[in-house]
Amino acid sequence: MGEALQFFDEMDGFDGTVRAPYAAYSNWLQEMSRPALLKKSAEAQAFFRRTGITFNVYGEAEADERLIPFDLIPRIIGAGEWANLVRGIEQRVKAINAFLHDIYHRQEIIRAGRVPERLIRENAAFLPKMIGMDPPGGIYTHIVGVDLVRTGPNEFYVLEDNARTPSGVSYMLENRETMLKMFPELFSHIKVQPVQQYPTMLRRSLERCGPPAAGGKRPTVAVLTPGIHNSAYFEHAFLADQMGVELVEGHDLRVVDGRIAMRTTRGYEPVDVIYRRIDDDFLDPVNFRSDSLLGVAGIFDIYRAGGITIANAPGTGIADDKAIYSYMPEIVEFYTGQKPILQNVPTWRCAEKDALAYVLDHLEELVVKEVHGSGGYGMLVGPAASKAELKAFRTKLMAKPENYIAQPTLALSTVPVLTKAGLAPRHVDLRPFVLVSPDGVEVTPGGLTRVAMKKGSLVVNSSQGGGTKDTWVLKED
Amino acid sequence: MLGRTAAGLFWLARYLERAENTSRLAEAGFRMALTRADSDTEEWQSVITTAGCRESYLQKHETIRSDKILDFVLRDKENPNSVLCVLHAARENARMTRTALTREVWEAINDAWMSVRDALRRPVAERELPEVLSLVRRQGAQVRGAVTGTMLRNDIYNFMQVGTLVERADNTARILDTKYYVLLPSSSSIGSSLDNVQWEMILRSASAERSFYWLNGGTASPMAIADFLLFDARLPRSLAFCYDMITEYMSRMEAEYGASTSAHEMAIRQENRLTALNIARVFEEGLHEFLSGFMAQNAAFSAQIEADYRFNE
Repeated sequence: MGEALQFFDEMDGFDGTVRAPYAAYSNWLQEMSRPALLKKSAEAQAFFRRTGITFNVYGEAEADERLIPFDLIPRIIGAGEWANLVRGIEQRVKAINAFLHDIYHRQEIIRAGRVPERLIRENAAFLPKMIGMDPPGGIYTHIVGVDLVRTGPNEFYVLEDNARTPSGVSYMLENRETMLKMFPELFSHIKVQPVQQYPTMLRRSLERCGPPAAGGKRPTVAVLTPGIHNSAYFEHAFLADQMGVELVEGHDLRVVDGRIAMRTTRGYEPVDVIYRRIDDDFLDPVNFRSDSLLGVAGIFDIYRAGGITIANAPGTGIADDKAIYSYMPEIVEFYTGQKPILQNVPTWRCAEKDALAYVLDHLEELVVKEVHGSGGYGMLVGPAASKAELKAFRTKLMAKPENYIAQPTLALSTVPVLTKAGLAPRHVDLRPFVLVSPDGVEVTPGGLTRVAMKKGSLVVNSSQGGGTKDTWVLKED
Repeated sequence: MLGRTAAGLFWLARYLERAENTSRLAEAGFRMALTRADSDTEEWQSVITTAGCRESYLQKHETIRSDKILDFVLRDKENPNSVLCVLHAARENARMTRTALTREVWEAINDAWMSVRDALRRPVAERELPEVLSLVRRQGAQVRGAVTGTMLRNDIYNFMQVGTLVERADNTARILDTKYYVLLPSSSSIGSSLDNVQWEMILRSASAERSFYWLNGGTASPMAIADFLLFDARLPRSLAFCYDMITEYMSRMEAEYGASTSAHEMAIRQENRLTALNIARVFEEGLHEFLSGFMAQNAAFSAQIEADYRFNE
């Protein structure tokens, strides 16, 4: 084991003094009794259950809908801190879009020797069919969820760039609704930036990227979901509802007269922009996986012909691949000409011999992730693993090293959560939601704060028992 | 609206209605069992026959037993028409059509599902039965109230209403058909206490006993009962009422969509048929024949709606 990690608490800092963004909230909190807070907490859970804000857990047949635990102590970010994050996120998201355009066109970054060709060519997330294709509006990633972690007052790291179909925005919105209901008095004396405009902004962003076939008319937008058994179905329905657009499944759609059309009670009607919440592989059984029952046969051909906009564009996964991630500092610099504002977590690519040797030597200190994994499945947190787990993982890692990357175990910041015994610090991360359109990049002030509900745990994923918090960005410091 | 959404709304309404109808049948059966001196399995048989699950019950159980039947129609997961399965299907359809429902309606359905599921977690003891059955109907009433109070009067609402009425008409026809022999003039023991109890079960199954006796000054005859359930358009569970309202909602659909449909024409034909008929003619030509014919036409109407509004690919 390395030296013990020291954790930064976002309310109490390193030394137990309440930090400025939490000052007003902390005063309020001291006036509240624990039973009163616990009562509010129970009310909040009942509210979530009644409104059906649940997610489905894969592999749990009986209780297949679960509530994500909601903690009612907000995570608070100062206006100045936030402004810095926004600058960093904008820079990164712009670089990602430039990178995607380049990778699917001239591949300058490979020619310049900044990213190895093999990494692109042999990558399952790279979609050769996108080569030479110009997505409507020039946008690849309409919606991005950048996962950030914090380790100190001014230290933020990007953990992942979710550039395919980031989820969780419905929790950002519902958590705020719940807090407004529970504690209206707090919002009247602490000025928090609103998040409720997100669905309107999302619809506007999508409409700004209508395909050529839409002509000058206001584009018809639809959300494409795999269906009610998908883990994020609640969110798909929620977003369609909030945007006021149709929620479609693959079998509602078909090609009619060179357009993608949805089967309505009045006949087939063309769709212009599809916000798809299914993976590339399943998008089109003709062009991709032929066994897919979720997609629409021929949609990719219509897309290439300018008949429909798909958001996010097919093939964006190459930008949030964990192996590509380690090149993000180079990518940001290559396309923006500036040093990255947000830091990358140092990453060992186990495909490389020296790196693998280091990782095997330091397994008990490192976090090891699958290159293509997500949701916290199949990952090893070295310091928390038992001897047997380490041994088993070592075998897996040696069998397929190219499948893994490793990172140092970060001293994730903590925010207090309410437990039966009172307040207790728990580790958090942050996923702000970013919209990209020809008008520019918009970052909704706030995001999804995920919190590991288990003491000491560094894994915040909801599929692993993590919870969420409302995230406040203050109007002024 | 998506065709799939229309299908979801239509079936959501049918399932909710079915859950209520099944609990009403169980209640009538239970009451019969309590008020009769001799324990007769015949009434319990008619419960599963009317609920459309006689075959599947007999595949699973060898004997007709009240506790087994109650368990089967209320909470057996192998019986797709049990209250538990039907409410689950209703909620799945509500999740699928979530964007077409108001928050109030969704919450009422979600709440109905959660509370009934909890009440049916274990076999229901006899002393808890009245409370559980009334819970099912109370929850149904709450959903209906939320629909009436918060939904726009547009195609979404119309599909739900038509679904409810098609299911209800089918149910009333089934109640009568299962028991048609006790309503026949040839039935030997007219006016006997046996018949009185049977008639009461018919009326109770359609929640019509109070209104019937109120309208008929406390006396009952088979013809009057059949007339009431078939042709009295004031009774919200009669066939006449159901088709009266179905044609109303179908005309609203026509107005909204600016086009008529074959389903609409079928509904009008059915309404005209019901208006032109009277109970004497029905008895003359055979009650059972009439009811079988009606149920087939009602099912054909339901299928025609599915086709006309592109419920499926």
